[in-house]
Amino acid sequence: MLTNAVNRNIPEKINNKKLIPYQGEFALSPADAPVASYRKLKKRTPDMGNKIQRDLTAAIRSVGLKDGMTISFHHGFRDGDLTVLPVLEAIRALGIKNLTLAPSSLTDVHDPVVEFIKDGTITHLESSGLRGKLGKAVSEGILENPVVLRTHGDRVRAIQAGELNIDVAFLAVASADEYGNATGCTGKNICGALGYAMVDAKYAANVVLITDNLVSYPCSPISIDQSDVDCVVVVDQIGDSALIGKGAARTTRDPKQLLIAENTTKVIEYSGLFVEGFSVQTGVGAVPIAVTNFLGERMRTQNIHAAFALGGIGAAITRLHQEGYIQKILAVQSFDTEASAALCNDVTHIETETGTYANIFGNGCCINKLDICILSALEMDTHFNCNILTGSNGELRGALGGGPDCAGAARLSIMAMPLIRGRIPSIVDEVNTICTPGTSVDCVVTEYGVAVNTARNPDLTERLRKSGLKLFTMQQLKEMAERLTGKPEPIQYNRDKIVAVVEYRDGSIIDVVYQVLPE
Amino acid sequence: MVAEKIKLRRTMMYVSGSSPANIAQATIYGADSLMFDLEDSVSVNEKDAARFVIYHALKTIDFGDTETVVRINAINTETGHQDLEAIVRAKPDVIRLPKTSCAQDVWDAEAMIAKIERNIGFKEGTIKLMAALEDPSGILNAREIAKSSKRLIGMAIGAEDFVTSMKTTRSPLGVELATARGLLLMACREVGIYALDTVYSDINNDEGFLEEVKLIKQLGFDGKSCIHPRQIKPIHQVFTPTIKEIDYAIRTFGAIQEAEEKHSGVIALNGKMIDLPMVERARRVIRLADAAGILDGGAYGC
Amino acid sequence: MCQITKKSYAGSLESSDVLVQISPNPGKGLEIDLKSTVKRQFGNAILATVNDVLREFDITEAFVSIDDKGALDCTIRARVSAAVCRAAALTDYHWKVG
Repeated sequence: MLTNAVNRNIPEKINNKKLIPYQGEFALSPADAPVASYRKLKKRTPDMGNKIQRDLTAAIRSVGLKDGMTISFHHGFRDGDLTVLPVLEAIRALGIKNLTLAPSSLTDVHDPVVEFIKDGTITHLESSGLRGKLGKAVSEGILENPVVLRTHGDRVRAIQAGELNIDVAFLAVASADEYGNATGCTGKNICGALGYAMVDAKYAANVVLITDNLVSYPCSPISIDQSDVDCVVVVDQIGDSALIGKGAARTTRDPKQLLIAENTTKVIEYSGLFVEGFSVQTGVGAVPIAVTNFLGERMRTQNIHAAFALGGIGAAITRLHQEGYIQKILAVQSFDTEASAALCNDVTHIETETGTYANIFGNGCCINKLDICILSALEMDTHFNCNILTGSNGELRGALGGGPDCAGAARLSIMAMPLIRGRIPSIVDEVNTICTPGTSVDCVVTEYGVAVNTARNPDLTERLRKSGLKLFTMQQLKEMAERLTGKPEPIQYNRDKIVAVVEYRDGSIIDVVYQVLPE
Repeated sequence: MVAEKIKLRRTMMYVSGSSPANIAQATIYGADSLMFDLEDSVSVNEKDAARFVIYHALKTIDFGDTETVVRINAINTETGHQDLEAIVRAKPDVIRLPKTSCAQDVWDAEAMIAKIERNIGFKEGTIKLMAALEDPSGILNAREIAKSSKRLIGMAIGAEDFVTSMKTTRSPLGVELATARGLLLMACREVGIYALDTVYSDINNDEGFLEEVKLIKQLGFDGKSCIHPRQIKPIHQVFTPTIKEIDYAIRTFGAIQEAEEKHSGVIALNGKMIDLPMVERARRVIRLADAAGILDGGAYGC
Repeated sequence: MCQITKKSYAGSLESSDVLVQISPNPGKGLEIDLKSTVKRQFGNAILATVNDVLREFDITEAFVSIDDKGALDCTIRARVSAAVCRAAALTDYHWKVG
């Protein structure tokens, strides 16, 4: 066991791979090696016709998927995804086993993946997060080898470093032509920006496009390029656009969420960074959307314009862009049809590949230019370390997403979250899993007030004094929470079995997740 | 200039004893007082359970600087008596008596509370009282109710029951409440206790709500009961002195000081005579601003 | 000693509340069945509170079922107390000073 820079014990080897313990946000440098590619040169003469395969089975056969290979998907449809499960079923029907499933992320709709693990179709997982029944099953130890969890930026780094080799990427696209040019923003079921899919299209050895809207050649705009694509399959429905932002892209009337949003907006307003030409990533979810709306009001009344907004984009940001209060949008993912449609119609609403967005070894990613980002966590400790993966009961139920990436890069990283959720305190002595190091976080905003990380941001306390916000230390917030909830007992883990390793942006290991013991 | 900090009662937010989920974090919205309810928001079959919920919440949860008020059931009912037995022991700041129609109601409550206080060794008079007047007798007896007890810190009007007994309904302009509000206010002002206005039930009508808040502030009320956190901020905004008002008040006191230094008998500001009511109003503005925490050049807000 | 004479309940299955059901348990002493959304973190604390309230009422024989949705300790105390009073048909609870 080695101890890393956030005091977590990390085994020396896992999945037959030597682990590098986390050493600090920018401590590591990449190996002196070319960007990895397993893509072969491919010959396709004019007489070979188009790339259409009649169904998923034919496509899987045509790309030569075999036992033990790695497959991937993008999660642009989030809870509206209708592609992962049919592909897995087709694979199972062909009797292919022992696969590594390495999508950009998995959501609650992917609970049935458990069944494919049970029957041996899938024996290893690499993802940004795990939720629902799948998260629970993994936490209880269903897999022999630990899952590898990576941030959005880190996944691209791992692919380029040759640590994640995708044999076949199955990519749902809203429109495609017979030769494999594709877009996410026109068609029957649009998901807008294909930021995650663009990565897999570029680096997977083989690429299968799945669409429900075949268009005549050439498809436009082109987000995925024909030269990256091996075959195209037409299905009835690739996903349900309406469910992309389900539970996330809504306007809340919950008074507690509105209060946290109002407090967060005040932090931004008084941070010193809320000036003409600032940049922001608000994200999607009840609180971030409310923050976007409140921030929009202040931008209008104080006549302040943002140079750009970044990340997952919803209607609230899109409207501010259309009103002229945000000059440009860099969209990795679109959360609703308003954002998707805008992406298609406006050259200043820019589709952005995940590596461009957040890859720490990508020669300068977009988030390096970011002033303010708003994030959330399931738990934080008194040193500002954040857990965004495991619930307070120790089970996997979240995703890293771009959280650790943005927190590490942005000038002002704000964690906005309730101090207590039911009987669960969010600020504790020790979080179950460290995902974002406390050194990346400037402050935490709760319904009671704000705690500033003076080590990262020595000036913020003084600035916030003028805001009227109540200021606390993390210790004070922790005690306030515990006075209400009582002190939770530490979760009992089987320390002999690691069920997941959590990579930091640079591929080092920031924490591991152990098997939970039955209740 | 500021003698003692006055207690603000701009907002008194209802928290029902029937839903424990809303109790622990009720302070976060910044209401001046929280009013835990055992009366109308609790069904007859749940009175016992709600009593336990509020009793244990008051005994365990730290509500900080926020005033705690418990609205018990009517004092002439068995449920009301049982409420008092429990709640006095949990020691809220104030007990609110619903449907108060005469001074005797207050005296009855006072006697019962005093007896419990003696039994459990509290200093007699620890628990304060508030009376809600909700019918014509209550309003017509406002004066005697106001004078009935040293424990009484304020009176509130309960409009829903009142308008029903007046054979009318509530309207946006509130003409049906004009006389009752006026009588209650005068009775309060005569003895120097707080006057609190009734709830505004349509939580989605922000505009109508704001109109009513402005109206009752202008009438002279100290505050208003609210039924939803979103109602708190608008009330505080209306009831908190504006920068202009504060500035004027400060200059009024400046002029007085200047006149005293010059031993001048006449005090003037911007060529206008300052009379006693003006001084009194200025004092009130300063005390309200101070209580709202906006005097120290801090952010203007609430 | 206080007798549980009938099956009774208090509380609800709303978030941050708890449903407490108490029934007679002739000859079988005290049995507590605990379900909770926060069992891993607060299971022992909940059981301690339930036992504490039962002791306060001097209940030595009852079947108590707890279905907790993350209620705070004071809510659990209140719900168990109310359920006991109902199940034992108690009307004059001895309130203690806060």
